[in-house]
Order: sequence, then structure tokens, then C-alpha cells
Amino acid sequence: MKRIESVNDFVIKFANVNGTGSASANNLFAKALFRMGVPVSPKNIFPSNIQGLPTWYEVRVNDKGYLGRRGGIDIALSVNPQSMAQDIHEVEPGGYFIYDSTKQLDHRLLRDDISIIGLPLTRICNEQYNDPRQRQLFKNVIYVGALAALLDMDFKVLTGLVEDQFKGKKNLVLPNIHALELGYNYVRSNFECPIGIRVQKSDKVGDKILLDGNTALGLGALYGGATVAAWYPITPSTSVVDAFEKYAKRVRIDPGTGRRNYAIVQAEDELSAIGMAIGASWNGARSFTATSGPGVSLMSEFLGLAYFAEIPTVLFNVQRAGPSTGMPTRTQQSDILACAYASHGDTKQVLLFPSTPKECFDFGALSFDLAERLQTPIIVMSDLDLGMNDNMSEPLVWDDQRKYDRGKVMTAEQLESGVEFGRYLDVDGDAICYRTYPGTHPTKGAFFTRGTSRDEYAIYTEKGEEYESNMLRLLRKWDTINEYVPAPITVDCGKETDTGVLYFGTSEESSREALDRLVAEGIYINAMRVRAFPFNDEVRQYIERHKQVFVIEQNRDAQLRTLLMAEFEFGPDKLKSVLCFDGSPISARNIRRQIKTHLNSDNVLPLHRKTTLIRAGESG
Amino acid sequence: MSYQVPKFRHPQLPVNDLGYTKADYEGAISTLCAGCGHDSISGAIVRACHELSIEPHKIAKLSGIGCSSKAPTYFLGKSHGFNSVHGRMPSVVTGAALANRDMLYMGVSGDGDTASIGMGQFAHVARRNLNMVYIVMNNGCYGLTKGQDSATADRGSASKKGDPNIYSAIDLCGTALQMGATFVARSFSGDKEQLVPLIKAAIAHRGFALIDVVSPCVTFNNNPQSTKSYEFVREHSEATGTIDFVPLRKEITTEYQSGYSHEVTMHDGSSIHLYKVDDSLNPFERRSAIMALEDHRCSGSILTGLIYMNKDSRDLHEVLETSQRPLNQLDEADLCPGNKMLLNINASLR
Repeated sequence: MKRIESVNDFVIKFANVNGTGSASANNLFAKALFRMGVPVSPKNIFPSNIQGLPTWYEVRVNDKGYLGRRGGIDIALSVNPQSMAQDIHEVEPGGYFIYDSTKQLDHRLLRDDISIIGLPLTRICNEQYNDPRQRQLFKNVIYVGALAALLDMDFKVLTGLVEDQFKGKKNLVLPNIHALELGYNYVRSNFECPIGIRVQKSDKVGDKILLDGNTALGLGALYGGATVAAWYPITPSTSVVDAFEKYAKRVRIDPGTGRRNYAIVQAEDELSAIGMAIGASWNGARSFTATSGPGVSLMSEFLGLAYFAEIPTVLFNVQRAGPSTGMPTRTQQSDILACAYASHGDTKQVLLFPSTPKECFDFGALSFDLAERLQTPIIVMSDLDLGMNDNMSEPLVWDDQRKYDRGKVMTAEQLESGVEFGRYLDVDGDAICYRTYPGTHPTKGAFFTRGTSRDEYAIYTEKGEEYESNMLRLLRKWDTINEYVPAPITVDCGKETDTGVLYFGTSEESSREALDRLVAEGIYINAMRVRAFPFNDEVRQYIERHKQVFVIEQNRDAQLRTLLMAEFEFGPDKLKSVLCFDGSPISARNIRRQIKTHLNSDNVLPLHRKTTLIRAGESG
Repeated sequence: MSYQVPKFRHPQLPVNDLGYTKADYEGAISTLCAGCGHDSISGAIVRACHELSIEPHKIAKLSGIGCSSKAPTYFLGKSHGFNSVHGRMPSVVTGAALANRDMLYMGVSGDGDTASIGMGQFAHVARRNLNMVYIVMNNGCYGLTKGQDSATADRGSASKKGDPNIYSAIDLCGTALQMGATFVARSFSGDKEQLVPLIKAAIAHRGFALIDVVSPCVTFNNNPQSTKSYEFVREHSEATGTIDFVPLRKEITTEYQSGYSHEVTMHDGSSIHLYKVDDSLNPFERRSAIMALEDHRCSGSILTGLIYMNKDSRDLHEVLETSQRPLNQLDEADLCPGNKMLLNINASLR
């Protein structure tokens, strides 16, 4: 057997039972590597359940800084008998399987092409602890200690992290360090250390931070000046408002009066949540709501109102696997079309696609400026992978000179001086009209906001020409919007090529890695990351420039590709799909395999659509 | 139904403390059917706001969808209005009120908009005790779609179409009480003497104030077999008593009889005087209010007037402890913690 040998380059997957406190121990492991200067990308793979079902935690460790899923497992650490058969099966040939050997491993599961390492975790815990809860919690910490020995990690980094985590709580620090030592010492005296895979101190992390996208969005809302948050609990978006509240409590409560410079309302449903956000924006406060797919479906009616009545609205959509309830705790990018054209009638909604926590923060704050400047809903399209996992990210930065862009709002002074006010009157040609906040002026500037057709002065009308002219103005406004939304980012491969890829959001890291690997095989492909809808004209030019463009996305129906075809009228011959929709983040191997399959079969036979879809899944 | 707004106003129209005449509180000409109860309610709103000397631009009027929800166009023309989506006015008002606590929020809805499609939002806005006036123009039918029964139509009541309603009726006052509303009243569009002081009291109340106004639909539901017709309501309504609203600034000159009379000071310092018909209802006790509604339901009469008021009401802003300065007046300096805090946050994430 040839063991996998590597330094700072592997994938480890922890198999636990949910509700047993494993997440914080696994997090301790990932953070320790991060503090050793090694890039990590932890992903929590959890069930829609509170206690008792299998849960996994996959950590990609990679000195080159590839943070997407690679595909394949080098080390599996399983303390969950329920999933053990699957866990051992997944290990790459030459890999390592670490398990709780208190109970003997089923002989039928044995493999001779991997190294199997048994740690009597339950036995150690039973010997050490009397309290059942402690036995459960410390079992996790013990295996982290054991890993430190097996992988040759810096033990001091682990103890330092424990000290930081329980700062000032000595009665928690010492038992945790003791548990780490139990695992570490057991392995040192029973196994040859390290195994073929090991880690060593590195300097590839720089000033980066480890942060989840939802916290970054919550912070973005805080910095962007949101004062009203209305929401309805839904996985995986719940922690957005949690984060907003956590930081608002720190900095938005007047120390003198104890009064809050924010209001958070947990609404009765998503209909109400977005209604509140719209009501607050209409009245001149910055407000937002956060949700996921099912919530977007419910919010669609209101999104149509906000589009048509031109009310600033900020919606954070942390996407999960649909349709319907789908897989609530698995990731997807499958709300693209539902959001881009949300609501009945002719509507188009502005979408922003962040791909890192830094961008979640930046776009989160920016969305309030855009919503007020453009007077329309801004939907920030995150997903579960970005939102709920700790992602390595550039640090967050705020320019203290920055002023909020409140858009076109007519003041009492302007009204008093006789400036003409028509709520839907395009006075300067950018198709965005002045609005007034309620209560501005005693006799001037009041108007009636409505979802029905109206004229330029907001007076109800059913005249076809008035309606049409308003709809055409909204289309002209779409051009203005195009100038404001973040432009795409292009990565040129440096060689002449007629092939490009186009991706967005969380497909970035895996795509980048896949393209690098293709270069190693002599295949050169340009790349573009789309960051917003409407698409910038650069996107059109980029697609035109290439003979074929692979659109990489995490849904079944190639939704971004559909949107590109609808907006630019490109044909299916030009845009090819690379898809993953099994609920796990798209992996670099998967992307590389799909692109190669396309490239190899291009001159042979046109791919039958069905074949493409079967191949799209991660396991295919 | 008229097509032109008459421009003529009597030169000696009475002005209020702000120097405004009633005309300053009126809106566009109504396009509702001639004789529609909703227009009377609009008139009562105009009168109440004028007499209370509220600045028109400090009022926001919001509605959902339906005949009732069209009504805000026909009053308070100098106020911002928002005709939102069907059954969702409460959420829009909630957001608006959170943004600016210094304005008066006048929600107008109908029985379809409230008791059917908007039941969820109605229940929850009452429960949150949002500081707003919520007027239901209740005609027991869907006018804009030509007269289908609504959820407030009584069982056995028949509209012009003739088929008796087969479902039981939702009593919005009873529902509001159950949901935690802190001011509940019922009135009749044909009784301005009762409705105007009720609207004034609802405005002065700090918290969620529901006025369920039976407002006959002259086109589809004013026939003899209907329990929401002018004739039926006139014959079957029983008032809890009469009510007088006394603004803070006014000197009290009326002599009030003892006995069933009751004086209540409102949050803004104004007061209401209540003359009760008898001792059967204590409108400051929720249990008594619920019993009175049930008693009248059993006897087939419609209880009108002030049904319940919680004198110690704490509205949503008080519960949430929001800043006294309206949230929509805060700027970067109040809201943005600056880069220094991010440096600390970044450090904690390494």
C-alpha cells in the first residue's frame, strides 16, 4: 500500500453525531491550523435536526491557498457508528481512517488500501470522567489532541486557543487542556508519529481572518446604517440578524438613556418581514430582511410592489437546496431566476453575488446605498456554504470618510423654494425620480404610493400610454443600475484561448483551482467572475470574445446561463454548463472533470442533455 | 358619485388651532358608489383630524387592497399615503412606524383585507401593540369583485345574490381582544356622533387601536336579508354608551353626571368621558369586554361604542426601547461604529 504523503495539503472529514458539542472541537482543530499560518477551509455538513443524526465537518488544508472543496477524503475521523460504513468507504486509497476503537470495527468494513488507526476514545473518557455530559464533550477534545500528535501540529497553538476561548475561566481552560493532552499522549505512546500527512508552520495566511458570511452580512448592515431589521427564522439565514443584533447591542445603545438606535422585529412570516422592511424604507429608515428560498417565494409579491412603486429594499438571501423545503441544511445557488424576475408582471430585480465574507460585508453595506440611490430592491445572493461556514477572508475595512448615499430625496427647503415635485417624474434623464419622506413639508411633496399604475405625479391612472411610458422608464432605469452595480472580475490565463469560464459566488475557489490544474495539463482557459445582475456590458463582450464559455453554477437548471441567454440572446452553442447540485459545495475535481469531458467530446458527438445532468453530481 | 371636486368653500368655514379648515383635511373626490358607508367614515376621519388640530403632513395613511383600501385617497390629501398589497398593510405600517415614531399612522382596511387574506398580519400587529389607528370598513362582502361574502358576514345573512352565507362570522373586535389589542371599539358608518369621538380617542391612545366600523355596501349588501344593511344595523345596534373626547388644551365646561359617567386621561393628556348605558360592561377590563361581546352576539344585537381600553398600554417602541429620536433621523455619526471597531473584530477572528 502506498500511503498518502503530504505536508500542509490534505482533506480531513470528521464524522460526528449532532448535538454532541463536536462543532466547537472541530473548529478548534481548524483554527489551530489557521494560527499555524496554514490556509484552511472548514465546512460544516449538518442535518436538518437538533440532536442524534450524523453530522460531518470537512476541513480542506492547503498551503497554496485553494479554499474550495477539492473532492475526496484523505483522513476520515469517525466517532459515529451510524455513518462509519460510509465514512470508511469515502477515504481515498492510501488515506487514513481514524475511529473510536472502544467498540471493535466491523470486519466487513475493513479495507487493506488505507491505514486504520483505532483510538479507544470512549474507554479513555469512561476512565477519566464520571459525568455523562463531560464524557461526551471531552471525547471530541481528546481526538483533537490525538490529531495534534498524528499530524505533528504545534501543541502550544492548541493550548493557546483554548486559553483565548475561555479567557478568564480557569475552571474550563485546564480540563480542556487536560483532555487535549490525554489524546496527544495516548497517540504518542501507541503509534508512530506523525503519519504520512502532517502539518508544519507556514506563512500563507497573512492578515486574513476566519469568518462566516452571515456574520459579515450582519456587520455590513450595521456599518451600512440599517436601523430596522425584520425577519422570520429560516436556515441558513438566521445568523445574519443574530449577528446584526449582537453588534448592535454593543454599539447602538445610548449609554445615557439605554435607548436603542435600532429595532429588530421577528415577524410572523416572511411576507410580513419584507413588508416591514419596505414600510421602514418608505419612511426613510435603512432597513433589511434576511431569508432563504422558501422565504423568497413568499416575499415575491412584495418584491413586485417595491420594484413597481420604486421603494428601496434590501434583502439578504442565503440560498439553500430547493425546490420547496428541499435540503434545508445543504447549499445551492438555485434562486437565481426566482430572484432575478421575482414577482408577477414584467419585473427585474438587482442581484449582488458575494463570494467571500469580505464581499458579504462590502456588498451588505453597499446594498443600502444602492437601494436608496436606485430606489429598487437589492438582493444579496449568498448561500449556505458562504453564510454558515468559517471562510478565510481578507480582513474587513471601513473608510471612516465614507458618507451614506441616500439617493434622490427632496427636502422641505427644495419644496418650499418651488422645485417641481412629481414622484415618478424623470427630471434629469437617469430614469430615477425624486421621492419625499412622509412628513417633510406641511403642504407640498405628499404623494400616494401604490402598486397600481399611476402617472408621473403618482395619481392613479389606467391610461395605456401613461402605464407604458412608466414601464419604459423602469427599463431605462435598468441601464442606470448597470452603471452602479459591482463590475465583473476577469482573470486572463495569459495565453491565446477561445475558451472561457464564467462563475459567481461560492464557485470561485473551486473554479480557480480547477483552472490551475488544467493549465498544468496544458489547457488554458480565461475566467470571469460575475458579481451582479444586471450584467455589465463587459460580460457580453467577454462571452462574445470566446468561442465557448463554461458557466459554472450550483443548481440543476443552469439558471445563470438561462439569465445570460435571456439578457444577451446568446445561443446554447456558446454557453456550456458545469453544474453541481447535490447539496455540497462544488469541488475543483468536479469542475475539472466536467470541463474536460466537454472539451474531449466536443468534436465527437453533441452531448445529450440527460448525460450532462447525470454527470453533474459530485459522485458521478 | 361626482366627477368634479367642488372648489367653492364657505368663506367662514371654521378653522382649527393650526388655522386649517376642514377642507385642508379632505382628499380627492371619491370614486366609490354613491351612498357607500366608506365615504361617511372618510368624512369622520377628516372631522376628527381637523378638530384635533393634527398637522396633515404628520399623518401617514396606509391601506391594503379593496374598496376600503381605496378610501385613503379620499381623505387627508396633504398626507403621505400608501396603498400596499392585499392584507399586508399591518406589516408596512409596522416598518413605517418603527422608522419614525413621531407621526400618526392611520391604517384603513376592509373585512376581506383584514379578516381573510390579512388575518395573520392583523393578529400580529395587534399582539405587538403597534401605535396606530386601525379602521376596518366592514361591509361583509367583497365589493370590487362584485359582492362575494367575506369572513365577517354572519351565518345566514344573504347579500344581493341571495344565497345565505353558510360559514360562521369572524368578529374582529373579539379577535383583536384575544390577540392583545389595547383599544377596541365598534361603530357604524351611519353614526358620526359616535364615530368621530371614537376616532379621536383611538388617535390619542398609545398602542394598537381598532375601530371596526360596520359600513353597508349599498350596491351588493344592503338588501333586507343582509345583517350588514343600513336598516338592520340601525335596528340592532346597542351602544355601550356615549363618548366625549376632550383635548388637553380645551377647558372642560360640560357638566358631567355622576353614576355611569367615567373620565379617562389619555397618554397625551387629553381625556375621554364615557357615559355608560348600564353597568354590564367595564371597558377597562378585558374579561368584561369579551363577555359583553359574547352576550350581544347571543342576543343577536351589535354592540357598538368603546368596548375595551387598556389604560396602561405600552406600545411597540416602548417595548423595544427604541431611541426617542426617530430612527429615520439618525446619520452616519449615530449609526456607523467606524474602522477602529473592525480592527478589533478582525483581531478576534485570527
